[in-house]
Parts: sequence; structure tokens; C-alpha cells
Amino acid sequence: MTGALAALPLLPMLGGCGARRADALTIWAMGNEGTILPVLLDRLALPASLPRVEVQPLPWSAAHEKLLTGFAGGSLPAIGQVGNSWIAEMAAIGAIVPLPAPAAALLDDQFAAVVETNRIAGTAWAVPWYVDTRLQFYRKDMFARAGYAAPPLAWAEWKQALHRVKALAGPGNYAVLLPLNEFEQLLTIALSAGARLLRDKDARGAFSDPEFKAALAFYKSLFDEKLAPLATAAQISNIWNEFAKGYFSIFTSGPWTIGDMKSRLAPDMQGKWGTAPNPGPGGIGSAAPGGSSLVVFANHADSTAAWDIVARLLAPNAQLELHRLTGNLPARRSVWRAAGLASDPIVAPFATQLDRATALPKVPEWERIVTEMQVVAERMVRGEFGVDAAAREIDRRADRLLEKRRWMLDRGRAL
Amino acid sequence: MTGVGRPGEARAGWAMSAPALAAILAFFVVPAIGSLFLSFTDFDIYALADLDNLRFVGFQNYERLVANPLFWKAMTNSLLFVAIGTPFIVALSLFAALLINSRWLKWRPVWRVALFAPYVTTLVATAVVWRYLLHTRYGLVNYLLSLVGIAPVDWLGSPTASLPAILIFVGWKTFGYSMIIFLAALQTVPRELDEAARIDGAGWFTRLRHVTLPAIAPTVLLVSVLTVAAMFQLFAEPYVMTQGGPAQSTVTILYFMYEEGFKWWNLGSGAAVAFLLFLCILAVTLVQLRLARRSGAI
Repeated sequence: MTGALAALPLLPMLGGCGARRADALTIWAMGNEGTILPVLLDRLALPASLPRVEVQPLPWSAAHEKLLTGFAGGSLPAIGQVGNSWIAEMAAIGAIVPLPAPAAALLDDQFAAVVETNRIAGTAWAVPWYVDTRLQFYRKDMFARAGYAAPPLAWAEWKQALHRVKALAGPGNYAVLLPLNEFEQLLTIALSAGARLLRDKDARGAFSDPEFKAALAFYKSLFDEKLAPLATAAQISNIWNEFAKGYFSIFTSGPWTIGDMKSRLAPDMQGKWGTAPNPGPGGIGSAAPGGSSLVVFANHADSTAAWDIVARLLAPNAQLELHRLTGNLPARRSVWRAAGLASDPIVAPFATQLDRATALPKVPEWERIVTEMQVVAERMVRGEFGVDAAAREIDRRADRLLEKRRWMLDRGRAL
Repeated sequence: MTGVGRPGEARAGWAMSAPALAAILAFFVVPAIGSLFLSFTDFDIYALADLDNLRFVGFQNYERLVANPLFWKAMTNSLLFVAIGTPFIVALSLFAALLINSRWLKWRPVWRVALFAPYVTTLVATAVVWRYLLHTRYGLVNYLLSLVGIAPVDWLGSPTASLPAILIFVGWKTFGYSMIIFLAALQTVPRELDEAARIDGAGWFTRLRHVTLPAIAPTVLLVSVLTVAAMFQLFAEPYVMTQGGPAQSTVTILYFMYEEGFKWWNLGSGAAVAFLLFLCILAVTLVQLRLARRSGAI
């Protein structure tokens, strides 16, 4: 009891935890963007008529949990940066509000596939802020020695080129890295093959479709023909080193890798790598659109001011400044031209790929489904399943995860 | 104690234990019953948005867990931590306690503080230091191993070395607490017994085996029960050091529960894991108690 009494003088401090300054607008931003957003806001010099903006940075690794617990505890801020793959979930639980009519213009000169990612049941819920996607990083010198200026874009020729590169790389080395614990590579192949992934209003798996089976078979053949090592990402201790040593000559990654390539590869490697769009069955393939969007959370009193701030962060000069500060690829096409990105040989393929990107299924269960897909695919590659059995198994797991969604749809409760 | 005491005494007893009982009821019994109830529902993000979306699913969460290979992987990892970690930590802390308790040791308080320090240091700070110590290329551990000609071990990157690496870290971090308990017990062992045995010609190990250990047997039991419970509940160490990897080799049962509950937001399924974990710890503790009773430790 005396302990409790001693703590009494601390009570006023507790009061301070609850009430933030009512006139300030809070933005949650993740990782690198959380660090630079205050600088960006300073440079934008918002007019005094707008509320003061406070930035709370979150680490990416804890962001998803924070968003959900923030929703459960009713302590979400006004504006948030949300990974594009989480928007379906945020919309499904009613944590965010759809774009008001005036904000729709912000989507005009953006990449169609990215905008489509944020459109759920016909309504746009978020404004893409910066974009990314995954494509091939390849060794120019290896492909030149094999007789190619760049990796071919049709599957058959692409694979033939890989066989030649592997022969050049010598025993013990491979042509392409497809880490067995990462789903992105198989997903890219499946999207390139035109697989729809889910069916029946996204309430059942469509992994037994011929398109997805073709993708699975192609993925498996790359391991069976020893073009890709049977390795997880954890077994590749230093991807830059291995890439430079020729352990593999292609790997799939996003624009965040460009800076790493420039800083981590030795100077004599610098002219020897390039980026190229993904291959597909009969030509250039597809990819999943990524990046982050800005959302306005529900139950926020002053959502007009919040959307005003979002609009200002999407203005061309703000997008250009964001690109300069972080290297992130801007969401608006006009800014690509202004920043000279369209003519940069390393960055330009990302625009090409984003034009041919395909939006992923927009259900909260998607991330878990795709994780299960990779678990089964890894077992298939290691010989536990054939292609047909693996497709059936992925369908079975997806259907089980989507059971609640079907129940919700039957009652008209799901988006 | 006559047992029947005066009613006034009983009232006073209840009054004095009421605050503690209330706290146990509010913070342990009620949440435990709540999570048992939760484990029979499919509480997920849909239910988070609207409680009408909550369904009572009976034993479905449990059936799915039993059919989930990752659950068994986590269970195996946790049992490995218990089976290897418990004897390791009990032996380590007993050894440290014997060392500090021995009469020829100078500067005893300094040793006591030094050995107890890891237990009270912040976990995240020590994990950062240990990540450097265990680094494959420039870690101190691999450097010491290289002096005796052992090739570098990828401690936190290889699925076979990660579990021992976490165990070494956990052992170092927690043995201080058990050491203090052992030290308190060792100081109650009468010196006369030890000296009598020495005069009879018993060596160091014989005296440990036949004089010291029987005298502190109840403490060994207590420490091993505490350590088993702690090993089952291992979470922060793998979370900070390896995030459950590589190849899910350090996913413990609690880590699995955390992912079910707060990564995938399947609180129903997470609660089912929690309840199974509770049953496991209860079973192991009952077995330990029975063994101890049979051997006369309590």
C-alpha cells in the first residue's frame, strides 16, 4: 500500500499518456519512409491553415501487428503508410475509409496494376505513394559470353540461355537463384503464366488451373535440370559475393536492391550487371505490383484535412523529393519523366514491368495462402509431390484457409 | 497449528490473503478461463471487426493443430530445448554455485555479482552482443574454435547449429538465477557432514554425490521444475536472435503461438496452442514431482 501511495505523484504523468494534442494530425510511417517523412514535410512547408503533422516511425517488422492492435485498441492515427498487400485486410475490418471523390484525381497518372491492388469491390481505398515490383537482376558479362545481350523473354529460349550460362559457370555453379523459402519467385512465374490463383469471388483456390500447373511444372524443371540450387535464402550467406563469383547469374529482386548492388559489388563488377523484365510463356511476363500506399483511418474526425495532407504528399514536387531522399520509385508517371527515371537503363525495366503487372487476389487470407503455396512447392521440388499432387494440395490448404471467407460471403458480410 | 482455530483468526487470514487472491483471480484465473473459451472459437480479424463474425467451432482448432506439421516441428524443438537445456542449465548453475560456495575462493561477492549479472541485463542488449560473438566470420566464438582447429560454424544461419547456439545463449543468460537458489541451499548444508566424510577419506566427487546432493535434493527439484517451465516458454531469445529461422529450426511452441495469434491474428488457434502448452508443462511437472516423491526428495 505504501508503494501505491508513493506512486501517487506519478498520476499526472499517466494522464499525459492518453490525450495527444487534439489539434495535431499523426501519421504512421514505416522503416526508411518513417525516418525521412519529417524532413519531407519540412521541405513541403504546409500552409498554417492545416493542422500540425506529427510523424511516428514504425519498424517494418512490427508494422502489421501495430496496425491490427491499433485497430483493436482504437488508437489508430489519422493517416498511415500501409503496404499494398495489407489494404484488403484493413478494408475488410473497417479500419480505413474509401477515397472521397476529390482524391480520385490522385490516381490518374499512376500504374494501372498498382491502383487495381487498392480497389476492393469496386472502391478505391488507398493512394499509392511509391511503387515497386520484382524483376531479374542478371550478369551482363555471363550472358554476353553465352551469346545474349540480355536474358530472352520467352520461357523456352530463357531456359536455353540458362543452360548455356550454367555450362560457362562451370561445375558446382548454377544459373538462377530461386530461394526455396521465398514465395515471390514462384508467384512471379505463376502471374507470368496468367494464373488467376483464386476463384469463386476469391473464396476458393484455383491452383489446379492449367496455367498454375504450367507454372509449377516450369518452376520444378528449373531445379530438376540443375539450373537452380536447392537452397533457401539462409544458406546463401552473402548474395552479392555469390552473384559476383558466378554461383548464379540471375536473381529476382526489387528496386531496393539497386542501391545495394552499387555499394556492395566490387568496382570491377559495376558494369557487369543489369536488370530485365521477367520472362513469360510466350514473351515478356508479369509481376506482382508492390510498394506502399497512404490511407486515412476510419473514426478520425477531421478526414478532410487528412486527405488534404495525402494530396500534398502525392503532389509532383513531393514525389520527386521522396525519390531524391529515399530512392523509392514514384507512384506517378509524370514524376518518372521529370526525374529522368524512364531513361535510366537500370530503372527503366521496372516501368516496363509495372505496365505488365497483375494485381494479386485482394483477400486478408492471401499472405497466408501464398506462404502455404511455397511450403508445398518446396516439398514438390524436394521430390515429395508431383506437379498435379502439389496443385491439389495447395488448393486443399487454400480452401481451408478461405472457409471463413466463404461463410462470410454466404451471409453477405465480406467485401 | 490446530487447524480449527478461532473464526476471527480465519477471517483475518482471508482478509490478509484476499488482495493476493483477487490479483490471481483477475490476472490469472479469469484470463485462463477466457483463453480456454477462446480456443473453442474461430476468433480472427473478421471477429475483431465485428463480434457477430465469431463462431463456436468446438475442437476444430485442436484438430487442425494436430494436423499441422509446423506445430509438431515447434513441439519437437521445444521438447529438445527442454531435454537438452534443463540438464545443461541445472548442471551449469550447480557448478557455478559450488564454485562460489567453496572456501578457497577469494573475492566471493565480486564473483557472485559477475555471475549473476547476465540474468539482470536486458535481453535485447545481450542478444546484440551475442550475435557478434556468434558471427560466422568475425565472431569471438569461432575465433576461439579456430585456435583448436575447428572450422567456422555458421551458428545462427545453419539449421543444425542454431538450436545449440540459442541454448548456449539461454544458458549463459539464465543460469545466474538458479545459481543463487543453489547457493542459498548449499549454505544450509552442515560443514560437519562434509568434514566427517573427508576424514573418512571420501574424495571431492564422492562427497558431492553422497553428502551435498542429497542435502540439496529438494532444491534440485525446484530448480529443474522452474527450468522446465522456462524452457517450454522460450520465446524472446529465438525471437530476438533468429526470428524462428533458419528453416524454422528455432520455432518454439510459444513462438508458434505468437505467430498464430499476432502475425496471422488467429487468436482462437493461438489460445488452443496456449492450452496445449499448459497441459504439457503440467504433465512434465507432475512426472517430476512423482519421481521426486519416490526418491524421497520431498
